[in-house]
Amino acid sequence: MTEKLVIVGNGMAPGRMLEHLLEAAPNRFQITIFNAEPRVNYDRIMLSPVLSGEKQYEEIVIHGDGWYIKHGITLYKGHKVVAIDRDAKTITSNQGVTETYDKLVIATGSVPFVIPVPGKDLPGVLSYRDLDDVSAMLVAAQSRETAVVIGGGLLGLEAAAGLAERGMDVTVLHVMPTLMERQLDPAAGYLLQQAVEERGIKVRTKANTKAILGNGKVEGVELETGEIIPATLVVMAVGIRPNVVLATEAGLEVKRGIVTDNRMVTSDPDILSVGECTEIDGRVYGLVAPLYEMAKVAAAQLAGTEAKRFVHADTPTKLKVTGIDLYSIGDFADGEDREEIILRDASAGIYKRVILQDNKIIGTVLFGETADGPWFNELKKKAVDISGIRDTLIFGQAFQGGVSTDPLAAIAALADDAEVCGCNGVCKSTITSVIAEKGLTSLEDVRAHTKASASCGTCTGLVEKIMTLTLGDGYNPAVVQPMCGCTDLGHDDVRRLIKAKSLKTIPQVMQELEWKTSCGCAKCRPALNYYLVADWPAEYADDYQSRFINERVHANIQKDGTYSVVPRMWGGVTSAGELRAIADVVDKFAIPAVKVTGGQRIDMLGVRKEDLPAVWADLGKAGFVSGHAYAKGLRTVKTCVGTDWCRFGTQDSTGLGVRIEKFMWGSWTPAKVKMAVSGCPRNCAEATCKDVGVICVDSGYEIHFAGAAGLDIKGTEVLGQVRTEEEALEVIVALTQMYREQGRYLERIYKWARRIGRDEIQRQIIDDPQKRKAYFDRFVFSQKFAQVDPWSQRVSGKDKHEFSPIAPISFNEAAE
Amino acid sequence: MNWFDIGEINDIPLRGARCLKTRQGKIAVFRTHEDRIYAIEDHCPHKGGPLSQGIVHGAAVTCPLHNWVISLETGKALGPDDGAVRTIPVRVEEGRILVGLGELLAAAE
Repeated sequence: MTEKLVIVGNGMAPGRMLEHLLEAAPNRFQITIFNAEPRVNYDRIMLSPVLSGEKQYEEIVIHGDGWYIKHGITLYKGHKVVAIDRDAKTITSNQGVTETYDKLVIATGSVPFVIPVPGKDLPGVLSYRDLDDVSAMLVAAQSRETAVVIGGGLLGLEAAAGLAERGMDVTVLHVMPTLMERQLDPAAGYLLQQAVEERGIKVRTKANTKAILGNGKVEGVELETGEIIPATLVVMAVGIRPNVVLATEAGLEVKRGIVTDNRMVTSDPDILSVGECTEIDGRVYGLVAPLYEMAKVAAAQLAGTEAKRFVHADTPTKLKVTGIDLYSIGDFADGEDREEIILRDASAGIYKRVILQDNKIIGTVLFGETADGPWFNELKKKAVDISGIRDTLIFGQAFQGGVSTDPLAAIAALADDAEVCGCNGVCKSTITSVIAEKGLTSLEDVRAHTKASASCGTCTGLVEKIMTLTLGDGYNPAVVQPMCGCTDLGHDDVRRLIKAKSLKTIPQVMQELEWKTSCGCAKCRPALNYYLVADWPAEYADDYQSRFINERVHANIQKDGTYSVVPRMWGGVTSAGELRAIADVVDKFAIPAVKVTGGQRIDMLGVRKEDLPAVWADLGKAGFVSGHAYAKGLRTVKTCVGTDWCRFGTQDSTGLGVRIEKFMWGSWTPAKVKMAVSGCPRNCAEATCKDVGVICVDSGYEIHFAGAAGLDIKGTEVLGQVRTEEEALEVIVALTQMYREQGRYLERIYKWARRIGRDEIQRQIIDDPQKRKAYFDRFVFSQKFAQVDPWSQRVSGKDKHEFSPIAPISFNEAAE
Repeated sequence: MNWFDIGEINDIPLRGARCLKTRQGKIAVFRTHEDRIYAIEDHCPHKGGPLSQGIVHGAAVTCPLHNWVISLETGKALGPDDGAVRTIPVRVEEGRILVGLGELLAAAE
């Protein structure tokens, strides 16, 4: 009979434990999890990137809902366990669920320590512990007002950096004389303070908080000195305490944490404990590596497979603030029996210190350049006698024994059991052997199989080098193609940073993202202009000088410097009046060529630039607006005649096409967007090679997308089927908006879809009505600023200079 | 050489260009990001594209037809392409733009 395993808590440690357990003994337990947080297991280490905007919640989920279903695990979200009855072997949640267990794992984690000062409970005082805290901070940060972070440790500084990225004016209060004093010596702490202050964050050391002030909400922080620092948000990040309430009430042995032996078993043989709530050998842990080690040991214990024991190991500290590199491990206090080797490079902001005892490394502090951290750690772990390399030790691995400075040589020289990923305890040989066994060729695969670089990601470079070494030419790291020569950043990074840093003008983007040229080039400027138009529709002022000539003069330049003019014909439908007006314009301006386009409208070719405003004025009088035939935007919606005329038509395809075009015209997109609506599967409007196509059927509307008929030819894929015109419109608009927000400039929908994956697009647009509605609403909002006919604007005199030469030269005007 | 006053610096948009018609053909007058004024023939050495219609960046313009990049200082094509257009003398005095058209005029008369 399967035994019942109940787990209290759904953080990273029990999540990892389950992965090991399911691998070792997949059917042994019937598993139930109670999670006080109303969500699945996510990567808590990545909260800081979520706060700073570098990642989204979806990206840090470790186990999605599907994972629990796949493994037959019952997950109670938002259930806090309030009692354990050890005699009856049951637990009870605050929502009244009672569950019996054969084995129980307590993984209640930790609670933030709140300093007991007056005002600590005011609204606007937050801790920094889970996603709810981050969400609350993001809301507070929208005000762009002042924040005080109490605590200059790892969490406090990450919170401060994130809030500063979000535009808040941040002050960090730290009670000790230097920052992160538990991990850094004073010299590195000082450099860290400088680096933090360079980001515009104010740092106050030796600052004791006396009270948090405010009437009904936070207004400021008062220091012992009487000084008051105004703040609309206070984040307390002074430390964590193991959460032992439940275990204490259940009568388990508890000291600082829940006491376990080195097999993770508590004083009750049927109850185990893992994670931050656990105390083992007098130690409690907060970093992920030892917690994952606990998970491994507990899984082995539950599976009964092997006699694994938990052994303490020092874990290196790293700070996840982009651009600040620090690494510290072991013991770095001064002492009579200790020596130290120090390297300082003040101008480069580099500080390295290695602490020795009996010619062996016992501690390392690195700031500014941390690549050699794992190597120092390796020497420390193995207690290598360094007398032979003492003179060059501090310069790092590359300088040892004439080893070349080729970074790959350094990796090749790493011992097989050298630890590569500290978070997940993965050593070099694990990676190389899995690559060989399973024939892995991508970083994603290596992550999935070994977990290396799957947590905080700081070892990604190292893992990639190992892959290069193992696979040789077989490995092509996914190099990010820079946007252009003006920057090293790729399109995605630029888009993400525009949002994350609230960059709202092209000069601001170039300044903040350290463009290498003064004002960009013809590749990056139009791309940036589009990203800003798409991301800040209400605020950004379109920069015409960053638009390609066609979009600047709303016509297509031809090889002889004349232009072609295409008025909009909604859904390809026209009338005698419209045709007459076009004929008149052609005559009046002696336009040399008139042609029907592939998108069911009429193109007038060979118009002289000076004539453009007058041509538009005449067309405008007949009711025409610009057809945007030149635009990285919505072009045409091609239609067939549908039920109006066709004996096969199933729906009003013409009407739907006109409706879509009237709804969406004027919107800018990463590349051109062509659509079509066919009234039946005979598909006369050729909807199945368009960016977005609709095939009407008896039961409704089949929405297609990601087709192409240009440089590439590709049939569409089906996104989904809907019953009504309203739904069809909503899906198409939401899809377009998703593409507008994620596409790289000049990347057509089919390429974007290939990159993102149809499943993901379906998940967001078809399966998730809330997301679909949100995309739809954002599109509608941006249309408020986009549906302005550029032709009539021009006719009324906007930027007139564009169409006339500068003053004609007459000979009398010669200045001398 | 004769200097012609063709207008003021603000007649040309920043990072933009205007076109100047002469009897010898069109001249493109540019105003860069740093407010420097340049004038070159409005005729790309590649296929004759109107350079005045291109995107201006640094002291260069990208031709709207096939993306050749032309230096406004030397008139030479930058990057892998080979070719050049004539540069026209130009100077700014008290916010007015003066273009030197000696040869052209001589040829025109």
